[in-house]
This record gives sequence, structure tokens and C-alpha cells, in this order.
Amino acid sequence: MNVLIYLVPIALALGITALFAFMWSLKNGQYEDSEGPAHRILSDEDVKK
Amino acid sequence: MDLALDGVDCAACMDDIERTMAAVAGVVSARLNLTTYRLRLIWEADKTDASALINALAKGGYRAYPFEQSRVEQEETRRTQWLLKCLAVAGFASMNIMLLSVSVWSGNATDITPETRDFFHWLSALIALPAAAYAGQPFFRSALASMRAGKLNMDFPISLGILLALTMSVVETALHGQEAYFDSAVMLLLFLLAGRYLDQAMRKRTRAAAGNLAALKGEMAQRVGADGALVAVPVGVLKAGDQIFVRPGDRIPADGVILSGSSEIDTSLVTGETLRARVGSGAQVYAGSMNFDGALSVQVTAAGEGTMLDEVARLVEKAGEARSRYMRLADRAARVYAPIVHVTAASTLVFWLLMGAGAHHAIIIAISVLIITCPCALALAVPAVQVVAAGHLFRAGIFLNNADALERLAEIDTIVFDKTGTLTLPDPNVVNASALEPDLLHRAARLALSSRHPLALAVSRLAVDVAPFDQVEEVTGAGVRALVDGVDLRLGNAEFCQAQIHQPSSPDVSLIYLRFGARQAAIEIRQSLRPDAVATVAGLRQRGFDLHILSGDRPEAVAPLARQLGIAQADGGMTPAQKIAAIEALRAQGRKVLMVGDGINDAPALAAAYASLSPITAADLAQAQADAVFLSDRLAPVAHALDLARQARALMRQNLWIAVIYNAFAVPLAIAGYVTPLIAAAAMSGSSIIVTLNALRMRGVAREALPERAANAASPFSLSAREHRA
Repeated sequence: MNVLIYLVPIALALGITALFAFMWSLKNGQYEDSEGPAHRILSDEDVKK
Repeated sequence: MDLALDGVDCAACMDDIERTMAAVAGVVSARLNLTTYRLRLIWEADKTDASALINALAKGGYRAYPFEQSRVEQEETRRTQWLLKCLAVAGFASMNIMLLSVSVWSGNATDITPETRDFFHWLSALIALPAAAYAGQPFFRSALASMRAGKLNMDFPISLGILLALTMSVVETALHGQEAYFDSAVMLLLFLLAGRYLDQAMRKRTRAAAGNLAALKGEMAQRVGADGALVAVPVGVLKAGDQIFVRPGDRIPADGVILSGSSEIDTSLVTGETLRARVGSGAQVYAGSMNFDGALSVQVTAAGEGTMLDEVARLVEKAGEARSRYMRLADRAARVYAPIVHVTAASTLVFWLLMGAGAHHAIIIAISVLIITCPCALALAVPAVQVVAAGHLFRAGIFLNNADALERLAEIDTIVFDKTGTLTLPDPNVVNASALEPDLLHRAARLALSSRHPLALAVSRLAVDVAPFDQVEEVTGAGVRALVDGVDLRLGNAEFCQAQIHQPSSPDVSLIYLRFGARQAAIEIRQSLRPDAVATVAGLRQRGFDLHILSGDRPEAVAPLARQLGIAQADGGMTPAQKIAAIEALRAQGRKVLMVGDGINDAPALAAAYASLSPITAADLAQAQADAVFLSDRLAPVAHALDLARQARALMRQNLWIAVIYNAFAVPLAIAGYVTPLIAAAAMSGSSIIVTLNALRMRGVAREALPERAANAASPFSLSAREHRA
């Protein structure tokens, strides 16, 4: 059962990382426009010729 | 700067707009939001200015309007984000706690050591307590507020259940107990927050669309500066005492007194009167009136004592009080539910104590009753249906202003229509198109694209997919002319077109003349019925609604229309106060009245009625009072809204019954002391899933109700685009 000593903290750390990633994406405004990005990917504007 | 954009109808536009903007010198960044149709621009102030940017957009065919988020909208945005954060925290916590709980449950069945179990319980507590303190705030605050107000809402039993579950779990953990309810408490939060967030997201989107429409309504005024020069300013910044200039074809942006100039104005949005009035200096004019043929100089006044607006505002305030007494279905359920639950829990405690169980055991069982009855399914029952229904309404071009509007709409049995702008189209239309030669009419429509005159706008609406003529000359007060294939084409008054005077077919028809070389024609323009008004009204009558018309227009203008629609009870010449009186009279008979109206004169009646609807073209004051706003040239959304509301209500009831049946099974088990955390978790998620699935059934039902998926509501701005064609 000693394996739990480090497996549980790893599991929690992973969860917290995901939570922070979500908070970051929220702060970054990624939920403000749910339609645009789907089309933005098709734009060639940022391709350097 | 934020701009609300009109004319964005495809994804390619986004690319186009952003590239156009980036090409302008001085623009640092341009980003278009395709969900809200707003463009955010950042530029260097010394290299370019706002008007240059707006002009650049106009060249690309996009009309841009400076936009400032209203306070309400900012508040909604903030709240949505907050709920999303709470949801994320609850989600994180419930996933991790469930991981630990499942281990404990399977361990309890096999050979977990007490030390490991305690360790897992303490870990769960470590996650659950901060998470609940953070994510539970929406409920705790609301529960506190309701306690202070002295009436308990649904959030009170929720908060109590969560707090007790957590407290008991911590005590159990400290006593090395076998069972803790951390997972139940946090999962409960997760489900409830999901419901809240969906509800809020829908409302935010509705609000954003409404905000854009307000900006697109072209709320710019021409203010006369101190040096006599004209400056375009947003209507919001106009103050009493400002002098403004109103061009022919503009809507008057603020209430005021005419200083100089004379013109015909159309006050149909204000009073419902369809005959135009001639006004001169000294006359009082109201915001929302359409200025027809002369330029006016107007001094802005505040809504003074004794003016019509003042009267309307006073009536609205009084009438709105009745509405605020409405209690939502969920709150009514909570009012019955909460005391029953608390009494049951308390008597369970007493029962077990009398049976001779230890105090510790009795308390655990009593709390498990509270947890199992925590109205998870009950709290999801209503919002889940509401979200699905609001989504359908949104796609059908109907925006809900109030969260409880759906429930009230479902109870309606009497419908009162305003006439002008509600049963009829808000803008006048050509009525004798079939009597005219098609090619002549086509040229007229193309020419009319170049004029801002309201009558020309009506003609221009017949132009489909054509560009205006190149060289067009507008003669103020007369008409427009252009050379087409070497022939003189004119559209305007009889004199300008050297046309014979045409005898109009009815007194409320306006005429515009056309001359093309030797040929001539007279075009009749009138406010006509919404295209599907007759069919919709017939359909509503068939379903047993009692229909009335209350109009501010002259009785002789109302009567023929009422006959055409087959509505027997039609009254004209009503003042705002009389409209309220008529609605109160219906209410006194026990009717639940739906008011459908658009004018400023309808606003008090909209506020007084049990529920209310407005077309999107309605005056701001009226829209603010309406429970829902519909976006269509047709009248069918009224029927759709009622149908969907009834279906939604039926489903809400069903869901509440499902929740009750669930409790009927679960509560006896809990009282008997058989409920373990595992059973609580299974029962709670099971009932929530059933309720949510039942709500999703609405999708199938709604598809039948809205067969043609609201073809004309594809873009929220199709209507206003038409209104602002320059």
C-alpha cells in the first residue's frame, strides 16, 4: 500500500494542473466566441509564403 | 473600441474584415467575434481615427456601429464566468473524490485497512471542503438572501443539505467511521451548477443579441455644436438642452421640441396612429417617430411633467408591480418541499432516539435523510427544460427577457394584439406591385436604393440582389433621378415625375410616382398585415385562445383589419391608460392575458399583462417591458412561443413528479437507515440523469412545433439590415 504515498499526490497534481489549465483558458477569453475559431483554422492568412 | 457589425453572414466575412482592418495604417489588432458579431479594434490614436475605420468597413459592405456594453450585460458576463469557474472547481473536486470514494467502497467490501480508509477520507475532506466553500457560493449567497427576505427558495434546502453532509462527514472521519458523504455533497454541487450555468449562458447570449440590435438601430444623432457644425454622437450622450438636427428619413432620436423646420412625421411607433402628422416649430416630438420630408432642428427635453412619455413611464411602473408577485414553479415546489423534508428529517431523529438508538446513530440517519432528499432532481427539473426550450426559442428567433416568462406564457388563455407594427409590418410596403409592369418596378426599386426617404425604402425592399445605379441625383423634397440607358428615370412626387395624379385605393395609402422616358406609374404604399397574420390568428383561435385587438389608431382604421382577421373584439383610439383598464378588466374575469405590442403606448399594457411579447422592431421602452422579443416579419413566432411554453411546462411538471416519485422510494429507505454513501450517490445521479433525459425529449417535440426551423431568423440582423439600407 506504500505505493499510494506517491500515486495519490500524482493523481491530485494532474487534476489540479487540468483545473489551472481550464482557469487559464477561461481568463484567456477562449469561451467568449464559440463559433469563430472553427472557421479561423481555415484561414491561410498566417501562412508565410 | 468595440463595434457591432451588420452584414456579417458567413465565415469568409470574418477573414475579409480582419484583413481589411489590418491593412489600415495604425491598426494594431482587429478581432471579430462570430458568436456575438462584434469587432474589437485596437489602434494607435495618432495614426488613424474611428470614423476612418468605420468608413473602411463600409466600403467592404459592412455597417459598423460603435458599441458600448451595457452595465447589465457586463454583469451577466461576469456572472457567467464566475459560474463557469465554480463549475470547473466542482468538476475537478467531484472527479477526484469519486476516485477515492470508489476505492473506499470496494475496499469496504473486501479488505481495506482502517488506516488507508482514514487516509482517503481525510484526502477527500481536503479536496471537498475548499471546493465546496468556493463552488457553493452561488447557492449559499442566494440562500442567505432569501432567508433575510423571509421566504425560502430552493437554494435553502440545497445549502443546508450540503453543509450538513460535509459536517457529518468530517465528524465521521475524525471518529474513524466507515462512511463519509464527501462525494455526494460535491456531486450535488456539480449537477446543480451545471444547470445554473446552462441557464445563465443562454441568458447572456440573448442579452448580447439584444445589445447588438440596440446598437444597430443606428442610435446616432446629429448634434449641433456651439459653432453650428454638426457632430454625430451616440444617442446615449444626448442631454436635455442639446440641439439636434434630424434629416428626412431619420428617426427622431430623443424627445424634444421643434425649434425650426417643418415636416410630416410618422408616430406609429409611439401612438399606433398610421396617418402622418404635419408638425412645425414649437411642436413636441417623441423619440421613435419617423421624420419624412423636411429637415428639423430639435431641442432635446427631458421627459417633462404632463408629457405622454411621463404618463407612460408612470403607468409602466405601477403596472409592473403586479407581475413581480408571480412565483416560479420551482419556488412554489420548494416552498412545499422544504418544510416537509425538514420535518421528516427531524421526526426521523426523534423516532430513532425513542427506539433507543444512540444519539450518534440517530443523527447520522437523520442527516442521510436530508442528503437523499436534497432536491438534486428537483432543482434540475425546471432549469433543464428551460435551457432546452430557450435554445429552441433562440433558434426560432425568439429571445426571452425573463427567466420565468416561459412558465407564464404557458398559462395564457387570452391574447391581446396591438395593431400597428404588431399585426401589421412595422414598415410600409408596396401594395399594388402586381398591378405594375415588372421591369418598371424593378428599375424603380433599384433607383430607390439610393434614397433614404421612408417611402423609397419601401420600394427598395423589392430590389433583390441588385446594386444601386451609379450616378444618382437626389432632389430634396422631390425625389431621385438617374440616367438609365440614356433615358431619364425618376422616382418621387407627382410634380417631379410630371405624372398624372393617381386616385389612391384607400385613404391610408401613400403614393410615390415613377417616370421612365414616356412611361409612368404610381406606386401605392401602405402598412400591410404581416404575411402570415391571417393564418396565425386563425390557428390561435382554433386552439381556443380568446383574441382581442387594442389599438391606439383610429377605430375606422382598425375595423377593416379586424374583420379581415376575424377578430370580433377590436377597439381603436385607446390611450395607454385605457389599454391597461381593458387588460385589468380581462384579468378581473380570471383571464391570463398575453399582450403583444410594439409601441411606446403599449409599454404600460405590456407591463400590466400576465405575459407579453414584442417584435424586435418595437420601441425600446416597449421591448424593456416584454417577456420575450421575436425577430421575424411573420406573426407565427407568437404561436410558436405559446406552443413551446406549453410543452416546456408539461415537461417541467413531469420532471417534478419524477423527482417526487424518486423521493417516495428513497426516503423510506433513508428513514429505515439503509442508505449508505454508495446508494446516495447512485440514487442522486440516477434521478438527475432521468430528469435531464426527460428534458431532452423536448427537442423531438419542439421539432414538430417548428417545422420550418424559422427560415427568416437565420441572421439576427436581417431585419435591421433592411431598415438601414442607405
